[in-house]
Amino acid sequence: MQIPYTIEERPDTGLNNSKLGIWVFLASEIMLFGGLFSAYVFLRMAAPAGDFAYWGSKLSIPMATVNTLVLISSSVTMIMSWVSLKMKDFEKYKMYMGLTLLCASIFLVIKYFEYTGKFHHGIYPSSSTFMGIYFTLTGLHGLHIIGGMIVMGYFWLPAGYKMWTSEPEHFTNRIEVVGLYWHFVDLVWIFLFPILYLL
Amino acid sequence: MSNDSHHKENFLQKYIFSVDHKIIGLQYGITSLLFLLFGFCLMMVMRWQLAYPETPVPIVGGLLGETGILMPEIYNMLGAMHGTIMIFLGIVPLAVGAFGNYIVPLQIGAPDMAFPKLNAASYWSYFVGGVIMLTSFFMPEGAARSGWTSYPPLSIFETGQTMWLIGMVFLITSSLLGSMNFIVTIVQLRAPGMTWFKLPFFVWAQFVTAFLLVLAFPPLEAAAFLQLMDRVASTSFFLPSGLVYSGATVDVYGSGSPLLWQHLFWFLAHPEVYVLILPAMGIVGEVIANNTRKPLWGYKTLVYSIVFLGFMSFIVWAHHMFLTGMGQAMSAFFQTTTMIISIPSVAILTAFFISLWGASIRFTTPMLFALAFLPMFGIGGLTGLPLGVGASDIHLHDTYYVIGHFHYVVAPGTIFGLFAGIYYWFPKMTGRKMSEALGKLHFWPSFIFMNGIFMPMFIQGLAGVSRRLYDGGQLYAHAQDVLQWNEFMSISAFCLAAAQIPFIINVFVSMFNGEKVDRNPWGATTVEWSAPSPPVPHANFEGDVEVYRGPYEYSVPGAEKDFSPQTEK
Repeated sequence: MQIPYTIEERPDTGLNNSKLGIWVFLASEIMLFGGLFSAYVFLRMAAPAGDFAYWGSKLSIPMATVNTLVLISSSVTMIMSWVSLKMKDFEKYKMYMGLTLLCASIFLVIKYFEYTGKFHHGIYPSSSTFMGIYFTLTGLHGLHIIGGMIVMGYFWLPAGYKMWTSEPEHFTNRIEVVGLYWHFVDLVWIFLFPILYLL
Repeated sequence: MSNDSHHKENFLQKYIFSVDHKIIGLQYGITSLLFLLFGFCLMMVMRWQLAYPETPVPIVGGLLGETGILMPEIYNMLGAMHGTIMIFLGIVPLAVGAFGNYIVPLQIGAPDMAFPKLNAASYWSYFVGGVIMLTSFFMPEGAARSGWTSYPPLSIFETGQTMWLIGMVFLITSSLLGSMNFIVTIVQLRAPGMTWFKLPFFVWAQFVTAFLLVLAFPPLEAAAFLQLMDRVASTSFFLPSGLVYSGATVDVYGSGSPLLWQHLFWFLAHPEVYVLILPAMGIVGEVIANNTRKPLWGYKTLVYSIVFLGFMSFIVWAHHMFLTGMGQAMSAFFQTTTMIISIPSVAILTAFFISLWGASIRFTTPMLFALAFLPMFGIGGLTGLPLGVGASDIHLHDTYYVIGHFHYVVAPGTIFGLFAGIYYWFPKMTGRKMSEALGKLHFWPSFIFMNGIFMPMFIQGLAGVSRRLYDGGQLYAHAQDVLQWNEFMSISAFCLAAAQIPFIINVFVSMFNGEKVDRNPWGATTVEWSAPSPPVPHANFEGDVEVYRGPYEYSVPGAEKDFSPQTEK
């Protein structure tokens, strides 16, 4: 038995199942990060004047700027990998997906140096409310990056090629869905960067 | 996808790690019924203490320490876990996980859920969450003791809370996976001809419920992460500066706010109330239409009402917080929205009552439960109005009145709705009917003792007796006149437990020896009754399903029989 509309679009909704599924999932993700962003606003308002700005100034803006560029590039390569599949070029897909994974790893390495730099200076989540919310937000975002990397890595490995040869359309849809998730994770960072580093 | 029905499945594949929505629905059903029973047992231990303070608890006393007397710490533990288990491990999984999973794909004429593997993952995540909650009782520091609401600062310092938070993360993940699946299934997998306004009311109820779960649960997950950080990494998101606990100033950075937790928590927990009630309303709608043998009155009104209800449920959360000092403007806003949200609830109840008018009602067991749902939910809903108005809430806040109010909604309300569903769909799941005699023996005592438990709570609450008191209010002068009700309520609770025995016997006896029935024993119109009983594994229907009619075409003038199934031209 095959579930209908796994690959092809349902005519009256114009969607296949996984595309609708990922959008609903992203809606829930928006509520998750939305809850945390509201907590940030609430805590910032409750904190003594200048407290958030003072602790925020301890973060490294250059490192975060590089990370922003790295993540934006990874979104571009992500799209390129999907387009390559649409053009039936699996080798190009592999290259672009590899680049996406590389960008994600660079992001995590830079984040690692940021975190350990803070620990070296004796700054922990408990140091201040700002640092608490900083570590919580970026930590949760980092987990989302790792989650994305696991899925992308799986499709980059031979398992991906196997699926590409047996069900090319289904595979292309999956990469599109992973891409939507990846852009969302990218977008979350675009919001995190100003509220944590710049404000 | 290799959901090929041709290859043979072994026991593990077929019943344990199944991806068939019917098996997963049954797994959810069995697990959640066991949790409901367990949560009820916790409550009976507490009710013993309230009725007979400081006397050893019979039967389970040995588990509570040498004296067999329930101590305050354990009383708090049982209270917190009773709430958590009943809501997150009992009713929601039964209403959404079990009935939603089993019935929704059948009612829309789909072969399965849209994502069968995700569906299984949802059940197993729920299972792990349940195991974590249960094992927390056996941890050295015990289970959570800060109430199911887990208000800080208490929840940050009390033992047992970390396990609770980790368990909640699994339960939230489970319901996210499940509800995503429901939304996609209902949007994408409707059979040809099954347009939106041909969907049975139950499917609409599940659809709105799924949206509530998808959008309301993540903020609680966020809040759970923050509380976990407060407990594990010594942050102070929920701890204000200069907080004194056990005679010493707490050594944290401070500048956090306990109110933040309450906002995030109730942003979930108010929609959660509608998650509890909407599926039950859906079931009651199905059962009433079937047993009155006439169309559900105001089908479109019902649909618009629950959609509006779902939307409004996101902007009433702070009516739980009138006494927190959040300010007049906020209170005024949330009072207004709370009064507005009662309108669609009343519209739904009224539509159900009007459906009964002029009908020749079949008083089957499912119908008895559905009929009892109406006044019980009515009492629960109407007693909520004084709580939604700031002025009267000052007197009633945190008293037994509140307990009485929400239990009327959830216990004789939702649970009766769910019982109606079990009796109604049991023939579909097993191919056999449940015994009517045992069903009535289950219904009448349950109905009487439910009221015996919860009605006196209004009396105690109006007298000002606070909830969560270990001794039921013995030390308070204002409670003395109403204390005698404690024993009455506790005896009712024990009798209610006894009244569930016919149900348990009924399930097992009927499963093997019940009257054998064909695919449509109730003469119902919706699509699930055109499938065999039980439906075909991994496919549900023998052939393609096509829908031609609305969901409740009963007693159509000129038709040969008094029901015209959706699948017949």
